[in-house]
Amino acid sequence: MVELTNFDDLINPRLHGKFEPKPVYDVETQTSTETASIEIDAARKPVVIVDNLHVKYQVYSSGKSVGAAGAKRLLQSSTRGIREVHAVKGVSFVAYENESIGVIGSNGSGKSTLMRTITGLTSPAEGSVYASSRPNMLGVGAALIPDLSGDKNIMLGGLALGYNRQEINEMREDITKFAELEEFIDLPMRTYSSGMSARLKFAIAASKQHDILIVDEALAVGDARFRKRSEAKIREIRENAGTIFLVSHSMGSILDTCNRVIWIEKGVLMMDGDAKKVVNAYKAKKK
Amino acid sequence: MINEVTRIMTAAEYAAQYGLNRVGARPDLVSYLKHAWARRDFAFELARSKLQASNQRNRLGMLWVVIQPTMNALMYGFIFGILQGGNKPLDFPAHVVIGVFLFEFFAGSANSGAKSITGNAALVQSLAFPRITLPIAAVIQQFLTLVPMLGVMFIYCMILGTTPKWSWLMVVPLLVLFTMFNTGIALVCARLTVHVRDFTQILPLITRILFFTSGVLFSVDRILTAFPALVRLFDFHPIYQALQIARGSIMNGVEYPSFYWVVLSVWAVAALVGGTIYFWAAEERYGRVD
Repeated sequence: MVELTNFDDLINPRLHGKFEPKPVYDVETQTSTETASIEIDAARKPVVIVDNLHVKYQVYSSGKSVGAAGAKRLLQSSTRGIREVHAVKGVSFVAYENESIGVIGSNGSGKSTLMRTITGLTSPAEGSVYASSRPNMLGVGAALIPDLSGDKNIMLGGLALGYNRQEINEMREDITKFAELEEFIDLPMRTYSSGMSARLKFAIAASKQHDILIVDEALAVGDARFRKRSEAKIREIRENAGTIFLVSHSMGSILDTCNRVIWIEKGVLMMDGDAKKVVNAYKAKKK
Repeated sequence: MINEVTRIMTAAEYAAQYGLNRVGARPDLVSYLKHAWARRDFAFELARSKLQASNQRNRLGMLWVVIQPTMNALMYGFIFGILQGGNKPLDFPAHVVIGVFLFEFFAGSANSGAKSITGNAALVQSLAFPRITLPIAAVIQQFLTLVPMLGVMFIYCMILGTTPKWSWLMVVPLLVLFTMFNTGIALVCARLTVHVRDFTQILPLITRILFFTSGVLFSVDRILTAFPALVRLFDFHPIYQALQIARGSIMNGVEYPSFYWVVLSVWAVAALVGGTIYFWAAEERYGRVD
């Protein structure tokens, strides 16, 4: 007789092992774990050292984060239904002064998690990140302060970056012009389109010479003309001894602005090296 | 030098050699406060613009800063005036106006302090600056709201029969102490909200309880005569003392014991120092998404 399917078995997490996502294609895991110890080029000045970095998220299968439901966890001792997502698995690299590093990989490969860890917004489960100064991160998302006008946001962003009022008054026109928002600068930022607010945010952030700046797909929403000019701005920051990480899916802008590319797939560092070489390998693998 | 065995250096040693710091590690308290002081313009500008923006979408605009507490005072004065009957404190309308207007400053600081980090997530996550500027900006915003309120409060008091006198100037040192106290409370609330978001749900209840237990609407001596132990407790109640000092300085014929100044000063310094250290200790935590 055919046994009836017991659905309870199917959905009982205790009967199933920890979820390990199946790789879409083969991943040579050993490449990074074997060479975990880092080497430093003594001729150049390192600004960011990422050492055997692991980042894990604990989430309930329902998607609720464990931290937020902490009180509930106190009540039930078993940890069933908790899934661990290993987002970054043992990434190590050294970034030097004067470099602009492209970060590529398919969606959900751990790029943004890695960048957030470099900024200190996500804590590593293992390994550590060292940096010469706290990086500023430019990501897509909400405006700085949505209820205020673009003009006020320039003032506040500038003050937060450490300028004084006089310096900001001098820069204001340049920032407005760079963001191409001359007509709209008096409107509250909540009325801006996503492209407009991304432009303004980039213009504010790029007004400062950063030691380390992370641009996380922030340029993707801009139009072609703005992208060209922001790429030029990124090169300028790099030439003035800054270090830039550029997360992007546009291989064109990566090749135009970056001299080095890091390729991450499923949380593992696949390749790290000359921009052209890595991008070509990535494209070949993607096909 | 004898040639050293070439061994593999760890990342931490490299980092030390090139002067790199672990990302997210909080600076020591002194340099943290120095950095925060360098951003004082930012805190002030943020407070001012948020205040303007908060009332921009209302038709009456900034007038609400004064209208709202006035209506509150009218409502509470009316209801509690009837309920208390003969036990009303001396000069009841002025008593309520001063109480409600000053308590608003405390409650506002605690509330907007609690939301200062979680409500500015985009700012916190994209720019690196000492986070303490955000709760401080929230208190500055409340203080800027208080200034026109105070002006109106003095006008109401004169209409209600108090005469201008030199002791009105005592409100200035009182406000210094009260602001210090409120800043400490705002800092504690800001950190608590980051750890436990649910705190913003309980906070209105806490401020409401304090509102009804701080002598905003009643005179402790008259209402609680049957409970001398409770009356003693009010000798250590910072909000009650701030209100009593204000009443004693502004109104005619109201006295307060001068040791209230000492107790309030101790509270103010303790709250500010304790709040600052408590907030700074979790600097690495703010803005994190996990």
